Amino acid sequence: MKVTELFRKGEFVVTAEVGPPKGCHLEGVVEEAKEYLSGLSAVNVTDCQSSVMRVGSLATCKVLKDAGLNPIYQLTCRDRNRIALQSDLLSAAAFGIDNVLCLTGDHTKLGDTPQAKPVFDLDSVSLLSTIKTLESGYDIAGNELVGDPPTFAKGAVVSPCSDSVDAQLSKMERKVMAGAEFFQTQAVYDTERFISFMEKAKQFDRPVQLGIVLLKSAGMASYMNKSVAGIHVPPDMIAELKADKEKTKAGITGVEIAARIIRECKPYVQGVHIMAMGWESKIPMLMELAGL
Amino acid sequence: MLITQLKNREAIDALISGTCFIVNCHGCGEVSFPAAEAQALQAELASQGKVTGILTTDYICSPENMKVNLESRRSEIDEADMVLVFSCGVGVQTVAGYLEDKKVCAGCDTYRLPGFQGVTPLEYDCEQCGECFLNLTGGICPITACSKSLVNGQCGGAKNGKCEVDPEMDCGWERIYRRLEQLGRLDLLKRPVQLHNYATDDEVYKQNN
Repeated sequence: MKVTELFRKGEFVVTAEVGPPKGCHLEGVVEEAKEYLSGLSAVNVTDCQSSVMRVGSLATCKVLKDAGLNPIYQLTCRDRNRIALQSDLLSAAAFGIDNVLCLTGDHTKLGDTPQAKPVFDLDSVSLLSTIKTLESGYDIAGNELVGDPPTFAKGAVVSPCSDSVDAQLSKMERKVMAGAEFFQTQAVYDTERFISFMEKAKQFDRPVQLGIVLLKSAGMASYMNKSVAGIHVPPDMIAELKADKEKTKAGITGVEIAARIIRECKPYVQGVHIMAMGWESKIPMLMELAGL
Repeated sequence: MLITQLKNREAIDALISGTCFIVNCHGCGEVSFPAAEAQALQAELASQGKVTGILTTDYICSPENMKVNLESRRSEIDEADMVLVFSCGVGVQTVAGYLEDKKVCAGCDTYRLPGFQGVTPLEYDCEQCGECFLNLTGGICPITACSKSLVNGQCGGAKNGKCEVDPEMDCGWERIYRRLEQLGRLDLLKRPVQLHNYATDDEVYKQNN
């Protein structure tokens, strides 16, 4: 089921992220997704997230789809050239996977295999336009595809609280030109900054899902502030995480903060994308507190 | 070795707005430069009144040398709407880096050939990757200034203007964005999607003919 159909119907689209394991057994992922994520609009499956080698996004999408979930295939340009990317897109279409989120991908140096060759033959923008070309019945070398061409709901990401927000908006515009039909954002903590970003992003007329990362500890928040691009956790939130360590450890503080962010931003967005990073079991509580 | 090849005529015509000051580099013996074709093209542009001056020199990749040469022709450069450089990618970047407020364009593409690569002990770097992107990026090379060699804008990995791979390195696309902003040329970021063509010069020739 294309998420673009859901946006079109006016549904508030809630998605969450699943990280495939470093190994070939997918039962755990499927069970967890069925238990906590089956009520959501769709489930993103990451592609060797943070440049850490894992089982593939495509295989995980396929087993989740077979289990009745609606997968969004995350596809990065880090590990594959334009031949492999097009081939994997056709493979996805052959499996009936019709949602793709196009990313450039983290650099190989950031992951667990820094010796690897970074590819980046295409990037998020040219990957989107490549999908559009495939949808027209041709590959990007101009050769005709056999049979009906594939169709996808084409998604992209944007970093609304980046310190170079004008350059991010310009990139967002390029993604729209290249065929992006919906956006998911990097994690948002500074709602004021996010809302002012959305005022500017409105002109592109594409549905945007607010990105949420559950805060597990004050340490995690400080680490992200120091090291993760586009993330700024305000000091009062860090103080809140520090105030009641037991409550924070139990996940309640993180969920409360996330629910508050969702409620504040909801009038400005068409959905929410939750990156729970191991805390998938907290998603039902978050949904309830956020009034979703 | 490297080979510089004139961009095709339509591409060069599309670059020229108003008048231009031309810089030719006949510097290093490692470069195979299309001197006769460049001269014919420049004579034609001059006959159309589009040229305020032509500087043919050597080693424009040397900033000190370049500075002296450019300053000696300052009035012709100021008079021109843009500067058109016929050299390898390093030369274009050196000129663009010095003439920060001026539109500086590359008239050539630079391809790699086997053998000695010339001496350019500089921060400016040219991978001799073929079809040159410098005309779309304000004279800052996205292939060498961006860790991922992205050609369609910045990724989401820059933090405080620094690259995700190396916190000492400025985000190349942030630099490009700021330069285009300074030049009033942010419209270049609305150009069609760019694909890096990894074919070699003779393969490109075959594709185009």
